[in-house]
Amino acid sequence: MNRLDETFGRLKAKGEKALITYIMAGDPSLQETEQLVLELERAGADIIELGVPFSDPIADGPVIQQAAERGLQSGTSLRRILEAVTRLRASTQIPIVLMAYYNTIHAFGEKDFCGRAAEAGVDGLIVPDMPPDEAEPLRRPAAAAGLHLVFLLAPTSTASRRAYVAKESGGFVYYVSITGITGAKLSDMAGVRENVAKIRKQTKTPVAVGFGVATPEDAAMVAEAADGVIVGSAIVRRVGEHGQDGRLVQEVGSFVRSLKEAMQPA
Amino acid sequence: MAIPDRQGRFGPYGGRYVPETLMPALLELEDAYQRTRKDKGFQAELKHYLKEYVGRPTPLYFAQRLTKRLGGAKIYLKREDLCHTGAHKINNAIGQALLARRMKKPRLIAETGAGQHGVATATVAAMFGLECEIYMGTEDMQRQALNVFRMRLLGSKVTGVDAGSRTLKDAISEAMRDWTTNVRTTHYVLGSVLGAHPYPMMIRDFQAVIGREARKQILAAEGRLPDCLIACVGGGSNAMGLFHAFVPDKKVRMVGVEAAGLGVESGKHAARFAGGRPGVLQGTMTYLLQDDNGQVNLTHSVSAGLDYAAVGPEHSYHKETNRAEYTSATDDEALAAFDLLAREEGIMPALESAHAIAEVVKCAPRMKKNQILVVNLSGRGDKDVQQVARIKGVTL
Repeated sequence: MNRLDETFGRLKAKGEKALITYIMAGDPSLQETEQLVLELERAGADIIELGVPFSDPIADGPVIQQAAERGLQSGTSLRRILEAVTRLRASTQIPIVLMAYYNTIHAFGEKDFCGRAAEAGVDGLIVPDMPPDEAEPLRRPAAAAGLHLVFLLAPTSTASRRAYVAKESGGFVYYVSITGITGAKLSDMAGVRENVAKIRKQTKTPVAVGFGVATPEDAAMVAEAADGVIVGSAIVRRVGEHGQDGRLVQEVGSFVRSLKEAMQPA
Repeated sequence: MAIPDRQGRFGPYGGRYVPETLMPALLELEDAYQRTRKDKGFQAELKHYLKEYVGRPTPLYFAQRLTKRLGGAKIYLKREDLCHTGAHKINNAIGQALLARRMKKPRLIAETGAGQHGVATATVAAMFGLECEIYMGTEDMQRQALNVFRMRLLGSKVTGVDAGSRTLKDAISEAMRDWTTNVRTTHYVLGSVLGAHPYPMMIRDFQAVIGREARKQILAAEGRLPDCLIACVGGGSNAMGLFHAFVPDKKVRMVGVEAAGLGVESGKHAARFAGGRPGVLQGTMTYLLQDDNGQVNLTHSVSAGLDYAAVGPEHSYHKETNRAEYTSATDDEALAAFDLLAREEGIMPALESAHAIAEVVKCAPRMKKNQILVVNLSGRGDKDVQQVARIKGVTL
């Protein structure tokens, strides 16, 4: 069974919500990424999203853009990220989802990539610039390898897109909480609740909410509305601040602990 | 078969590789565009502004002295440099601004490289009373300081983009981020035949007036079609605009000229067909300069308008089907062509268009005297005079 399905199933049985934490692979180095993944798990993360650095990340705000630049600086490539995931699998079974812009996968070769990613222990893919309309080249190789393709929905999505994307998405549906890019501020909780409810009418696949979740308070609110809470820029910002000062793992760990605590059912 | 197809595909190229937030906007835009292109009222309005405001039709000028000097084919220049604001870019900006008005979007945004598309968009925003913000790489702002000031004079906000290579590519990414955030009130006036469907098709259609006019004009002047068309290719909107009406005329050769910068072998260039391979950048699948890992390469050209890592997807299609040929000209060749056209014809071409003239210099002498070349002179060189002076070591 795919680790994502297993994790959402286990949490649901306990009445808990998934904390999904995003970090950029290779920021500041892949070795530290591996340490961070293990610390995120210890701190209470349920699912890890690993960003794949790309030169032109159109869906990302400045915090993640800069992290991608640092990742590229440290020589990070998709191939080396898969090696890091392979090493991590010796010590953890936490679900790992890669968030990669399509060109990095296209350059690797869709079929070859899906096979190797699954072999390394990756559970799912999020390709922010590939809506399901364009996903044909990935669909079959991902399914054959047992990788979920996670698609996104947004506040601007129409009813017909909601039905289409919800049906296509595997593992979970990624609801983008704001009309904007990563790192913007969460502003419309009522809209989030309403849209998550609409998506749930279309699918039994869990719905996770990301973009703009920055504080334990945000996480608590989103956890009430959805099956999963995705935190990215707020963690990546801390990686950026503490990447060089030796307190990196500790700082990120304590922030993620505060998110997880806030999400516990009362 | 009509290209692109309903998914915006030109063969394997094109498509819609964008975040989900933008998908509804692209579908809405496509729908609005499909309705307006058949709407007689819209077409009449567009025609009115192209005639009365832009100054169309632009002349097809027989360059007698250049023809004599090169000693081969007869050279005709399609004078897009005589359009209001000094380049072909306004053909598309007017079309998209009219569309934005019909879609009730009060705010326009645009990216710009050389500044010509930014100036065109700022101009139509002023004329239609729309709010306007232009994104421009800080490297380009330095190279094209005059155009930055022009956009500000026209009442637009110019926002510098200090990320990545600080050129056109980064300005497009930033404009896409703005659009993603403000999509409900904002129309993104993309400036070239790039990006996600329907942009490459829509912008081609708005620019196709160039080729429709040129075709009529050359038939009137010579009683026959030209042997060859030449245009520079950054994103490739002026080339697509000239080529489109001639695509069914299989005997007319079509040549696109990319920027070879310091030379293709130097690695410092923007010749996508010589040095790239298919990939996805900023919404579309097309030829792209990239490394083995799919990271987009930095590009170089003396001309900011050609300094971009990808090319319009329809050009990739024409390349693959051999309907068009693609070649390149270096910075030095373009600068020599700039001088040549100024001295022989009294016309200073934009450095972008000078790349097309550089190809004329290479191919006209190899052609027969009764053969005909039509070159798109896509923009005028006023904006480049300072840069040319700097390169020549002249202090103004």
